[in-house]
Amino acid sequence: MFKKCTFKGGVHPPHNKNRTEKLPIEIFPAPEKVIIPLSQHIGAPAKPVVKRGDYVTVGQMIGEASGFISVPIHSSVSGKILSVAPFPHPLGKQVMAVEIENDGKDEKAAYKSSENPWREIAPGELIQRIQSAGIVGMGGASFPAHVKLSPPSNKPVDTLIINGAECEPYLTADHRLMLERTEDLLIGVLILKKILNAKRCYIGIEENKPYAISAVKTAIKKNHYDKIKLVILRAKYPQGGEKQLIDAITGRNVPSGGLPMDCGCVVQNVGTTIAVRDAIIDGHPLYQRVVTVTGPAVGSPKNLLVRTGTPMKYLLEACQTDMEATKKVIMGGPMMGLAQTHTDVPVIKSTSGILAYNKTTPGIREYPCINCGRCIQACPINLVPSRLAKFVERKKIDEAVEWNLMDCIECGSCTFICPSKINLVHFIKLGKVHIQAKRAAAASKKQ
Amino acid sequence: MTTPSVTRPKPDFQSQVNDVKRETVSLHISSSPHIRHGESVRGIMLWVIAALIPSLIASVIFFGFQALFLTSVSVISAVLAEWLISHLLKRPSSTGDFSAVVTGLLLAYNVSPLLPWWMVAIGSVFAIGVAKMAFGGLGGNFINPALAGRAFLMASYPAAMTSWKATGFGSLSGIDGITSATPLEYFKSGFSGENISELQNALGNLFIGNVGGCIGETSVIALLIGAMLLWYKKIIGFRIPLFYIGTVFFLFWIFNGSGDVFSSRALTIPLYQILSGGLMLGALFMATDMVTSPITPTGKIIFALGCGILTFVIRKFGGYPEGVSYSILLMNLFVPHIERYTKPRIYGEVKKRD
Repeated sequence: MFKKCTFKGGVHPPHNKNRTEKLPIEIFPAPEKVIIPLSQHIGAPAKPVVKRGDYVTVGQMIGEASGFISVPIHSSVSGKILSVAPFPHPLGKQVMAVEIENDGKDEKAAYKSSENPWREIAPGELIQRIQSAGIVGMGGASFPAHVKLSPPSNKPVDTLIINGAECEPYLTADHRLMLERTEDLLIGVLILKKILNAKRCYIGIEENKPYAISAVKTAIKKNHYDKIKLVILRAKYPQGGEKQLIDAITGRNVPSGGLPMDCGCVVQNVGTTIAVRDAIIDGHPLYQRVVTVTGPAVGSPKNLLVRTGTPMKYLLEACQTDMEATKKVIMGGPMMGLAQTHTDVPVIKSTSGILAYNKTTPGIREYPCINCGRCIQACPINLVPSRLAKFVERKKIDEAVEWNLMDCIECGSCTFICPSKINLVHFIKLGKVHIQAKRAAAASKKQ
Repeated sequence: MTTPSVTRPKPDFQSQVNDVKRETVSLHISSSPHIRHGESVRGIMLWVIAALIPSLIASVIFFGFQALFLTSVSVISAVLAEWLISHLLKRPSSTGDFSAVVTGLLLAYNVSPLLPWWMVAIGSVFAIGVAKMAFGGLGGNFINPALAGRAFLMASYPAAMTSWKATGFGSLSGIDGITSATPLEYFKSGFSGENISELQNALGNLFIGNVGGCIGETSVIALLIGAMLLWYKKIIGFRIPLFYIGTVFFLFWIFNGSGDVFSSRALTIPLYQILSGGLMLGALFMATDMVTSPITPTGKIIFALGCGILTFVIRKFGGYPEGVSYSILLMNLFVPHIERYTKPRIYGEVKKRD
């Protein structure tokens, strides 16, 4: 009936979604104190517009966008601002953040909920509202959504793709959203479609989520949204990678060094699409998201609707995590997620999951590369990861560029599959840093 | 969405202080990905060993327990050499990855069952010591260690390396005695071009391995069973064996000596050629050696074509009746160049404007 689409390469890590895929999303109460980083997106950090002692309400803007590739940040609780200072950020560095003491009243800012039905609002105005709501890609990369929705006129977009692949093991946040907020998702899709004036519109879901597939299928049929096509994807990592999804569904390739809009496509994640719907219909800014809290060290895994700025440790405790036994905490999925140094760091807009492991990464002993070529077969970009890693190790930067190191999407498939247990993607990431440093040096020399 | 079921965390400053204390203890930090596939180098080597067992059984059937004895000597000396060298170099012992066992097995499969045991031991030590460990051990060697060992033995003990044992079930028709000729020697010296039926009659024995030759090379069926296992485990691909054997078949078919490519002679000769000598062992187990073959898919094809052409040239025009091991060794040397010129086309590759 449906052709199952996919891409070349990829790996099959165990899904490990069975513990949370059937659990409905629970609302996690706002904690006593939140720490909201002013940088939760790719691009310029937001500028703080509040100071110590100010009173803020839920959804009030506390940081304004500083440029086009930037979004505002909103408070997730009502209460008094304790400080505006650098705090540890889940991406590693210390970042300016706003610390707010929750007064528990949950006083809402006066939302400008839409007086017109959304169909009557001009696309430009819709994009404006999406930026004001602080919406970013919620699948992990956190690229500002409004930028993707404003392609320049020389790059016409004809295809909108909604990413419901959720190919990372363990994570079930998007899966639950597709099941529980199916109609809202479709309204979000229609809003995005209107903004882009896209001719074609697809929702891609991996075959291992049959309930989500049938829910979306039923809702499309019931509402006669004939323009939205459901595409069933093979369960393979990284099926949810933007480039892989475009390849699987349209057969197009994003040109090397380019963006999806260079091949006429825009990809938005399921969570982002629902956030767009909430921003346009309800006037809600983005200050909460669904987070899957799971992993071998978690006693009672859950899908939780969490306010941004909630320290991770509260979530782990609420899910009965044995903190004594926890050896590793990851924000995101096990393939691309970031290991955390401690659990005081807050949930941000791109926190799709929190994983707690009771052991460290397996396969610590590295063997020499035996040239088996598994990494080439696994690479969805068709790079030669083992060779790239050797180039970086020997500081042969020009060769690394020649062999397309910069095209790596850092999905980690090569490292996952490597029988010698070499962390190839780590070398490649390091190589990107070297190359950028070299380019920066060359640019400054020219001036 | 459902109602809240999680209790609100309490603002307890003492517990927060404790939290900080406790969390300074340790959370493991590493770069993603945080999960790995179960396959290991050791696992791959163990599968290769398993895949070589059918040939060992066949060799015992056709050549007797002398074959098993020589194989054991070869394996033991390879492992001991590797252990001793890593010990002397004060490097962590690499014998646990079982690659030395594979080298030992393959070297034994490449020598005559009549070879004195100490010669096998010397070849094995050379293979490990010079071809492998001197270049940094597993992954560092650029030529196949077992083939290097064989080449060393051929150069040092040419007579011993080319005296063959007749199989337990009689020998190829027309050749008698304890010391038998290999099918390829027969082709080179005994085959007049007229007695084509002799070759046709021999095909069955070639397939099961009931002919003179090296320990592990004669039984095509046993080698194919092992190769199927490796193919199923994705340890070898189809490219190298198919293109290597295909090239040899094709060239012997076109240049069959009669100028007619549709006669029964034209088909018998290439079939006889691909079933004889070390071609199956070489194409399935030696040319496919991961370390010494190109990593790029196109590179593998070029490598295999090169091996096939060289094998044909040596068998047809060379002084030796057999050319598989030298072909592979020569092509091993070209691997870095082949890899350099066969960079795979990447996703979304933009053509460079000249």
